[in-house]
Amino acid sequence: MEKEVLWRDMPSMENNFAFFEKIYALWLREFKVFLREKSRLVASTFTPLLWLFVVGIGFGSVATLPAMSSVGYQKFIFPGIVCMSVIFTSIFFGSYIIWDRKFDFLKSVMVAPVSRVTIFVGKALGGMTSSLIQAAILLSIGVIIGITYSPLGVLETIVIVLLLSFILTSLGLIMGSYMQSLEGFQMIVSFVVFPLFFLSGALFPLEKLPQWLMVLTSIDPATYGVDAMRIAMLGIGTNSLALDIVVLLGFAISFGAIGAYSFARMKAV
Amino acid sequence: MIKIQNLTKRYQKLTAVDNLNLEIAKNEVFGLLGPNGAGKTTVIHMLATLLKPTSGTAIVNGYDIISDPSKVRSSIGIVFQAPSSDDMLTGYENLRVHTSLYQVPSSQRKKRIQAVLELVGLADRQHDQVKKYSGGMRRRLEIARGLLHKPKVMFLDEPTLGLDPSSREMMWKYIEKLVKEEEMTLILTTHYMEEADHLCNRIGIIDQGKIIALDTPANLKRSIGGDIVKIKTKSHTDLEELRKLVYVRKIESVDGNVILYVDNARANIADILQHVKAEYVEFRSPDLNDVFLKLASKNIKEDGEGGFMERYAQYGK
Repeated sequence: MEKEVLWRDMPSMENNFAFFEKIYALWLREFKVFLREKSRLVASTFTPLLWLFVVGIGFGSVATLPAMSSVGYQKFIFPGIVCMSVIFTSIFFGSYIIWDRKFDFLKSVMVAPVSRVTIFVGKALGGMTSSLIQAAILLSIGVIIGITYSPLGVLETIVIVLLLSFILTSLGLIMGSYMQSLEGFQMIVSFVVFPLFFLSGALFPLEKLPQWLMVLTSIDPATYGVDAMRIAMLGIGTNSLALDIVVLLGFAISFGAIGAYSFARMKAV
Repeated sequence: MIKIQNLTKRYQKLTAVDNLNLEIAKNEVFGLLGPNGAGKTTVIHMLATLLKPTSGTAIVNGYDIISDPSKVRSSIGIVFQAPSSDDMLTGYENLRVHTSLYQVPSSQRKKRIQAVLELVGLADRQHDQVKKYSGGMRRRLEIARGLLHKPKVMFLDEPTLGLDPSSREMMWKYIEKLVKEEEMTLILTTHYMEEADHLCNRIGIIDQGKIIALDTPANLKRSIGGDIVKIKTKSHTDLEELRKLVYVRKIESVDGNVILYVDNARANIADILQHVKAEYVEFRSPDLNDVFLKLASKNIKEDGEGGFMERYAQYGK
């Protein structure tokens, strides 16, 4: 073979470095698009603020429960609102796989020597980045309502956000990979997003719920995110932080695997 | 360079590609010509490993599309029917993503991106977001993307579909330049006959998933047999008299019109009109439309749009 064309064949000997580089390229594209769509950022910050300041203050004026008495209702729901933002941003991100398919960008990636796992991971990292930035904005607003962060707490919170957003971005991408239309996706999303949010204990403590509701909350990954974040930020929670993290890791591994599988079976054309 | 063996794609009842066999040589510019829905894009998608054949296979650049898809992908570049760049990114950024995906060595990336941008004439617009590009520019960016990794085989799926005439002409210019400057085998699909005629060394006409003709454009046109003279007559014409003329090769009678296939119509038209009372007459050289019309199983309505070189309305009144 001629020397000049040697590098054409390099993808066949794909090493780890190539794998990461391709993921980085795909992630960078997501990140740039995110930065350029500022309206998306503003719109998705608005809803959590509404919850925090209107519902938080409104209910805060009447709701006092032993579990939250030490911090007050508004502070109590703050970790829940951060998780809500993660839930919405992450799952909504799944719709971008439908956009990519609609505008044939996905086809141009699939015709390149890139594995489906790479495409999935690149996309998931994009979703995690969006969620993390969103969460960072909310965390800084948290200072206004009197949340004080410890360095360790911030670190823990970041880990929790990343885990939860990976789980939910995967969920969004899984749904997106099976769907053809954005309208269909949006309809399904509302069936998923609101139960995830309301069952997570973002707005109320889970201790005194009836048995059937407890079962539902225990299978909601967001429950563990909210609980973990509450421990990290406020020092109150139902489970231990370690348990929450382990459960989240379990969810992350299973959803990641299902996501990679869904991308592998996704039709290119 | 490409060897298609019994390639078949079936969807429930529809057979999109029907037991196709075809060989395309190195550095050939091959045109896959046919009406919409003939199976052109399906063939391209299978060759590009985006679609699994129902049966049969193909060898692209020495690699089997079924057992070695990753190597096939490294060997090919493709321009899809619809532009596939991310329009939130700039032209440069789109290409940058793909240099990573194709593992163009980092030392050559910038040089290669600039080279392909120069080739398609987008160097000065490379830092604009793609959403600000015109349709023709988007197509050219696609070509640039397809060329980044110096593919051995380039597929162009309807490269000028939906472009205005001047953009189309420009696109042809770029494709010709590309053939000259980049050593590669080029396969393009189109349903514009004149496009295939203009660009390709060899043409395969495909209809209902089957190749119905395969030759150079010149040979295909020659198969029609001479120039075409179409005469609308006032009264019954004695065809026998026309048949005696030495330069007339064939006579057909269609819908009250007489169609003559003659040598050198321009020189002989006056003589022909001596022998027939014509209401009007049209004559022209055969183009691939004629070849196609002759071959296609579908009845495509007469004339189509344009195509006739000269037209004498109500001649001889």
